Amino acid sequence: MSTATHAFTDSATMLRRQLRHMLRYPTLTLTAAGVPVIFLLLFVHVLGGILGSGIGGPSGGRDTYVNYVVPGVILMTAATAAQGTAISVAIDMTEGIVARFRTMAIARVAVLTGHVLGSLAQTLLSMAIVTGVALLMGFEPTAGFGEWLGVIGVLVLIIFALTWLSVALALMAKSVAAASNMLTPLMILPMMGSGFVPTDSMPAGLKWFADYQPFTPFIETLRGLLMGTPIGDNAMLAVGWCALISLGGYLWARKLYNREPTR
Amino acid sequence: MTTNLGPPALSATAVRKAYGDHVVLSGIDLDIPAGSVFALLGPNGAGKTTMVQILTTLIRADAGEMRVAGHDVVREPDAVRAAIGVTGQFSAVDGFLTGEENLLLMADLHHLPRRERRQCASDLLARFDLVDAARKPAVMYSGGMRRRLDLAMTLVGRPRVIFLDEPTTGLDPRSRRTMWEIIRRLVTDEGVTVLLTTQYLDEADRLADRIAVLHQGKLVAQGTAEELKRQVGGGHITLRFPDARGHDYAARYLDVVSRDDEALTLQVAGQGDVRSLRALLDRLDRASLTVDELQVHTPDLDDVFLALTGNPAVDQEPAR
Repeated sequence: MSTATHAFTDSATMLRRQLRHMLRYPTLTLTAAGVPVIFLLLFVHVLGGILGSGIGGPSGGRDTYVNYVVPGVILMTAATAAQGTAISVAIDMTEGIVARFRTMAIARVAVLTGHVLGSLAQTLLSMAIVTGVALLMGFEPTAGFGEWLGVIGVLVLIIFALTWLSVALALMAKSVAAASNMLTPLMILPMMGSGFVPTDSMPAGLKWFADYQPFTPFIETLRGLLMGTPIGDNAMLAVGWCALISLGGYLWARKLYNREPTR
Repeated sequence: MTTNLGPPALSATAVRKAYGDHVVLSGIDLDIPAGSVFALLGPNGAGKTTMVQILTTLIRADAGEMRVAGHDVVREPDAVRAAIGVTGQFSAVDGFLTGEENLLLMADLHHLPRRERRQCASDLLARFDLVDAARKPAVMYSGGMRRRLDLAMTLVGRPRVIFLDEPTTGLDPRSRRTMWEIIRRLVTDEGVTVLLTTQYLDEADRLADRIAVLHQGKLVAQGTAEELKRQVGGGHITLRFPDARGHDYAARYLDVVSRDDEALTLQVAGQGDVRSLRALLDRLDRASLTVDELQVHTPDLDDVFLALTGNPAVDQEPAR
């Protein structure tokens, strides 16, 4: 077999390993969904009445707000799940199993691609849970079949990018706790974008940051597909950011993984 | 024990490794014939693990030539990896997976055909007495079971050269003996070559055809267990006397290696065999000396180190 087929079969083997972990410990998936669900409940039920009226729309209040906030909360799930990925990569690195993999004739990057693809499946599942809760709370997307496919496509790109980034950060971290902490800022970013309120309502400096950070085009693209709001050049920006973060995260992670383990 | 020298399964010449100013290995030469067990003996911090990590392609040496199973370690790392099996000092099992799943994972990574992988896993489970625990996650295993699973995983894919970094450290005496049997059988049944590191002379003695003593990054002695023990001087006998007069008289009468005036003990050179013991007792009788207690010391790692380096075998781990 050639190196390329080895890379493929070894990655598939490592993916199976991750999926087994996921099935055996479903708490990992539920935890990733738990925080966004709590935020959803808090923002819609506690704050939604006022926020919804502030945003305006046909009826105002909670019904409007749940439709506004869901894209942001779905992306928050990408961030909480990325934190889970970082933790599981960091745990792997502290265990002897990775040293074993390194002394075997397997495609080097397979360990990491296994993590990334496993996380992709896990995160999509967590997002499905969050979306399910949102639907129960009165979320009414206008998306048709084509738009839903678009939603899944955009989410896969975003998760892929954030997961490679979190794998790299986890490899840089010296401990499991540090790996977990490094990903916390990622959870705040949807809030400091157009996820929870329109950026127009923010003070000038923050608005500037919110308009230019990657989560805003992510959220606007997702919102456009789900609710039919104008997308404009946000789709291009989102895809661009995803490509950039994926490539950067992948190259960085590969470099960190291939460096010599210091004792 | 095998004494016929086949082609070397592993050879290393002038291997050096330093971390900054701290020299871990300074010019190590090894030559291990195929189908033999070689023990790298030394205390913590002597450089044993570093040597194993270099030979198993985990880290790079600063200098030196190494060939494992006919392949150059630096230039053909993947060929080396395909021929070796490594059981590190820290358990390298996936705790979230069951014992069986761990073995199947290894089989998949060795690209074994579908039918063979099941067979391979069940054979190894039976051989390592893990059939009952096969479907339990490895986190629930005891230390001895984990170590056995670890070694079983190393054997998937039939490696020709096996590295065992302190295979019995932390195990209870029974698990330790089981491990020894398993390792010994590997060599006699399958003809693999084993390089193991250990802190214990009795372990090296029990398992290895040849032993190299590593001290502060240098090989200070190499040979069979017998040869090493001969260098040490074959142990000693400690005699304790009831009073200072007897102690003092005996000290002049016998060939004494060392004396302790407070404990009223003398150490004389000698093996623990019956003939030399009887000779000693006869001499004591002829001189009408009363001895309270007699102890025979066979040489241990401390004696080897004392004899070879002038230092006791205490931890040499540098402070970090």
